[in-house]
Parts: sequence; structure tokens; C-alpha cells
Amino acid sequence: MKRVALLGMPNTGKSTFFNRLTGAAAKVGNWPGVTVDLLSAKVLLGAEMVEIVDLPGIYNLHGFAEDERVARRFLEENAVDLLLVIVNATQLDRQLALVLQLQSLGLPILVLLNMGDEATRLGIQIDESHLSADLQIPVLTISAKHGHGFGPAKTKLTEMLRSAEPARKASMTEVFADDDALESRLDQLFERNVNVPLTSSERFSDRLDRILLHPWFGLPMFFLAMLGMFEAVYTLGAPLQDAVAWLLEVVKADAVTPAVIGWSPVLQSFLLDGLFDGVGTVLSFLPIIVLFFLFMAIVEDSGYLSRAAFLMDAFMSRLGLDGRAFVMQLMGFGCNVPALMGTRVMRSRGLRLLTMLIIPFSLCSARLQVFVFFTTAIFEPWAAPLVLFSLYVASFLAAFMTAVIYRHRLTHAEPLLLELPPYRFPTGAQMWLRGWREVTHFLREASGFILLGVVLVWFLTHYPFGIEPASAETLAGRMSALFAPIFEPIGIDNLMTIALIFGFVAKEIVLGAMAVIYGVGEGQLAGIVAGRTDWVQAYSFMLFVLIYTPCLSTVAVLKQESKSWKFTAFAVGWPLFLAWSVSFIFYQGARWLGL
Amino acid sequence: MFTSTGSVFTLSTTLNELPLGQTAVICAIGGDGELRTRIQSMGLRVGRAVAVIRRSRFGGPLQVRIGTTDLLIRPQQALLVELEPLS
Repeated sequence: MKRVALLGMPNTGKSTFFNRLTGAAAKVGNWPGVTVDLLSAKVLLGAEMVEIVDLPGIYNLHGFAEDERVARRFLEENAVDLLLVIVNATQLDRQLALVLQLQSLGLPILVLLNMGDEATRLGIQIDESHLSADLQIPVLTISAKHGHGFGPAKTKLTEMLRSAEPARKASMTEVFADDDALESRLDQLFERNVNVPLTSSERFSDRLDRILLHPWFGLPMFFLAMLGMFEAVYTLGAPLQDAVAWLLEVVKADAVTPAVIGWSPVLQSFLLDGLFDGVGTVLSFLPIIVLFFLFMAIVEDSGYLSRAAFLMDAFMSRLGLDGRAFVMQLMGFGCNVPALMGTRVMRSRGLRLLTMLIIPFSLCSARLQVFVFFTTAIFEPWAAPLVLFSLYVASFLAAFMTAVIYRHRLTHAEPLLLELPPYRFPTGAQMWLRGWREVTHFLREASGFILLGVVLVWFLTHYPFGIEPASAETLAGRMSALFAPIFEPIGIDNLMTIALIFGFVAKEIVLGAMAVIYGVGEGQLAGIVAGRTDWVQAYSFMLFVLIYTPCLSTVAVLKQESKSWKFTAFAVGWPLFLAWSVSFIFYQGARWLGL
Repeated sequence: MFTSTGSVFTLSTTLNELPLGQTAVICAIGGDGELRTRIQSMGLRVGRAVAVIRRSRFGGPLQVRIGTTDLLIRPQQALLVELEPLS
């Protein structure tokens, strides 16, 4: 099968073009020599199937950025028939450099000048046929977003592939050949073929930036925008999650339970409380992931993330992060899982890992449930909101402290060099495709791990079979007795430790687990807990719940996104250690003060 | 606001010091090979005209414009971009 590599700088609409060409059929996959997943799809061009591979956006074929290494390695290790290069028509002065570099590889090239509509609006005139003759490469103008020129581009691609020589790997032996010679060629090409009006009228983006990046109002408006997005995702998401939970309940009660009647009790429990609840855990994340990425598509494609970086960078750079990390951290307050997936916009691995390390400290809505329960059960009505607020403060402190401690190990003074693209709005199709792709990716990569974890916790809390689940005689009960020397100094007793083991799967089930452990309904739980724990113990427990592993799904996504077990283990181990230390200092300090 | 005969511009300056709204031509880019390559591939190259559009508060990044491209660059890196004195 013939293979086409899709290349271009970031912000050229390369992905938009890829989506238009391949539809929803694209798959994430591994490639020889390349450590990151690349999107690819098979499409019918003329009479033959052709594989299109979307390489990461690169500024420089000879550059040192991770994406640039990946693109280079891919071309060295995988034979391709043709390079399809997407170029932003409004930035030819810069972008033709990449075309010239790619030309030196000697592979057939088709250049598509994208965003032709934007170029026209800016009064930029490009002599397409003359440029093509100068480059000795076919050049066509398109608008990937609106589809203009898409037909002719596809026809040209088909035609070129039909007559192409056998596919081959690129040789980079001369890659570091003089880029300076290329520069004069670039200037010459640009001057001969492109006409940019000298005095352009103020662009729409400039006018909007004057408001959104205002020295005084920029930051408040940024927080408002984030709050708005946050509200939108989770007010729309909560009923959807409830609907999924309700549907699962119905299926469980009316279909699965009757079906397993008469089977052995252990098998029934395994199927209903282990396997089925595991599937339920996975499914409950789907609505929030789709919604999150519908909005992320807007935030990313609009160019607002770069604006967030502009506004927040002065503060975040001191933590070894940038403004985009702050956006993801804020989104983590809804749910850590999509926020972790959203870090993919950061192209530097160190920066991305550091961001992934701090997101799990964001007090997500599942943990909020536990805290609301505890604060109302234990604290006076006047104190409860303050206690809750202090936990939000602790959440930020834990994140910032972690960033400060690990910034040098993960990011080595990473330079922030970001493009500030003009404001754009994605089409509905682009947004849906994004949400759909992330959900399928999550299902494929994370669901097995989550299922396994849920089954494991089911086993711990149910074995030996035949006794009361989650009681002291089960494996979990014995584990908590074993852990007593660790948890007693932070004021958490054996029964609460079992709840923490459940909490490893999801914080949503902590309260339910406690009801089971104490052998009461959830309605009476508040009274029991208030009778058994004082406020110091309760606050210590909440600090621990806030800081330690948020949930199994977060762990699964940490693995999915980092592709490193080592990092995943660290991202679980460090918060555990931090949680214990913080609770220890608080609990012992409070007791020492006589509280 | 600024006159081209002002003494400020008789010495070469860096992108960091370029007043808002002024345009100057890049004459050299410092830094080690890797960082220089990064800066250049974003379009900040010798001979190009560059302007500072705005600076963020508290020592945050600069928004600069080269041709039709806008970039964010931190002050530490903007220091590496040397500009020809304005005549």
C-alpha cells in the first residue's frame, strides 16, 4: 500500500486537513523508530488504498524539539511515497523554509497552501503557478476548514501517487547541510511570488487582544472565561453522568441480576460488584470526556491557550510550568482524567510530565462529595465552608510545592516560544471528531487497566468468600491491620483505612464503602462517623484523601499519556508520601497543641 | 514618542529593550546552538524586522511580531535577540 506522510508547522490547519481527508476512520498507532503514537488512516484515492500518516507539527526539519526528532526518525525508518506539506498561506515568509528543507530529501512533494481565505482577507497575494515553477513542486491553494480547493488537491494527490516511484526511506545524512544557503533562497522565493500589503488595517484579533490581554482586565477575564467553561462542562456533564449511572443501575437490577440468579454467590458477587461495577466506572467517564474535549477544541483552536500563557506565564514560569499548565490544572478541578489528556497540547515532554504530576492534586468533583459529607457531618455549620475552602487552598499548595520540587528534574529551563495565532473558531464537525477520538482512545488504552483494578479491589474486600465483605477478616481488613502502624500516627483507624483502599478505585465509592464497612445505610452514616471521629481525625483523613491517588482512572490515564510505568509509579508514589507527611504533620501538630 | 536620533538607539539593543510599537531589524541571535535553532525556526532570523506588540505584567513574556506571525517569547530569550541600531 502506498504511504503519504502529512507534514507541516504547528497551527497550519494540518489536522483539519487530515480530518477532512480521512474522516473518523483515523487510528492511533505505533511506528518503527518512533516512541509516540501517530494518527493514520487508510483512504481510497482513485483506484487504490493509500495510507496517510499525520506527523507531529514541526518548525524545522533539523531542529532539536521532540516532535522534530520524531518526524525525522519516522522518515528515516518508514518508506513513504510522497510528502504532503501543509503550509499556512499567511506566513509564507517563514513556512517555505520547511518546504525547502523537505525538498532536500528528494521525495516527491505536494504543497498545499492552507488558509487561503485568511490570506485573501489580509490582502496577501500569492502567485501560485509561479511559486510552483520556482520550487519545481506542485502548489495548490486550499481552505481545509471550509473545503475550498479540496477536490483539486485530492485529484492532484491521486495523480502524483499513480506516477510515483517506489516508496523509500529518507536519508538524513546531509540534514545538517547549510541552512544558511536555504535562507537566501527563501527570501528570493518570497519576494518573487508573494505580495503582503505594507500597511494592513488592524486585524480583528488585534482588537480582541486589546481587551482580552489588557494589562488590568486580562487576568480577571481569563478567570471568568475558565469559570464559564468549567461551569459549562460540569453542569452539562453532571446530568449526563447521572443518566449513565441510572442506566447502569437499571441494567444491573433488571437484566444482569436476574440473569445470574442461581449461580454461586461468589460468582454473582464477582459479576455484579466486580466486573459490572468496573465497566460502570469506565463508562461513567465517557460523557465528561466528550464534553471536555468539545470545549477543549474551542480553547485550543481559538488560540486562547497561547493567550492564557501570556497572562499566567510570569507566575507559572517560576514553578517551571507555563500558562497552559494552569489551564489544565483548573480543568482538573472538574475531573482529573480529561485534564491529563488535555496536556497533549504541550509539545515538550518535561513540561508535560511536570503538568501531569500536579493535575492529580486538583480537588475534583468526586473528592468534593467526600469532603462535603465530612465537613457537614463533623463541623459546625459556620465552620464547614471555611474547612472546605482550606482544602482548596491545600490543593493548590500541594500542586505548586510539587512543581517547585521537581521542576529542575523534569524541565530544564524550557524556553517558552509559542505562536500567538489569530482567533479562530472550530467547526462543529471538528469539535465532535475531537471528542469522539478521545473517548475511543480512552476506552482502548485505559479501560482494561481500570477493570483490572476494580476486580482486584473487589477481591481484596470479598476474600475469603462467605464472610461479610469489607469486614476485618477479609484481605482488605487484614491489610488495614497490617498498615495500622502507618495510619495510626495520622489518626486514621482500621475501618477508615479500608475506605481508603476503596478510594483508590474512585472517590465516588468511598462513602458507599464506609456505609458497608460500618454496616449502616448511607443515611445514618453521618451520625456514626461523627460519633467515632473527632474533627482532627476527620481533617487528617480529608487531607489524605485530597492528596493521595485520586482514582484508578487517573492512574490509567497517567500511564496512557506518559507511556512510562516508571513515571506512573512515581506519580502514584509521590502523592502517597506527600499525603502521609501532610496528614502526619497536621495530626501530630494538632494533638501536640492539645486539640 | 521616540525620535530616531535619540541616543538610546545608537548602540545595538536587544529585543527586550525595544519600545512598544517600534520596528527594528535583527542583527544577531545569541544562545547555544539548540536554543538558537529554536528561535530561528520560529521566524526570528537575522535580517528580519521585528516589533514588540505588548509586554505582559510582572516580567512575563513579550508578544512580538515578525511579518505576519505573532510570537510569545520570555524576556530571558528576548535578551538573545540583538537588534540593529535604528537610524
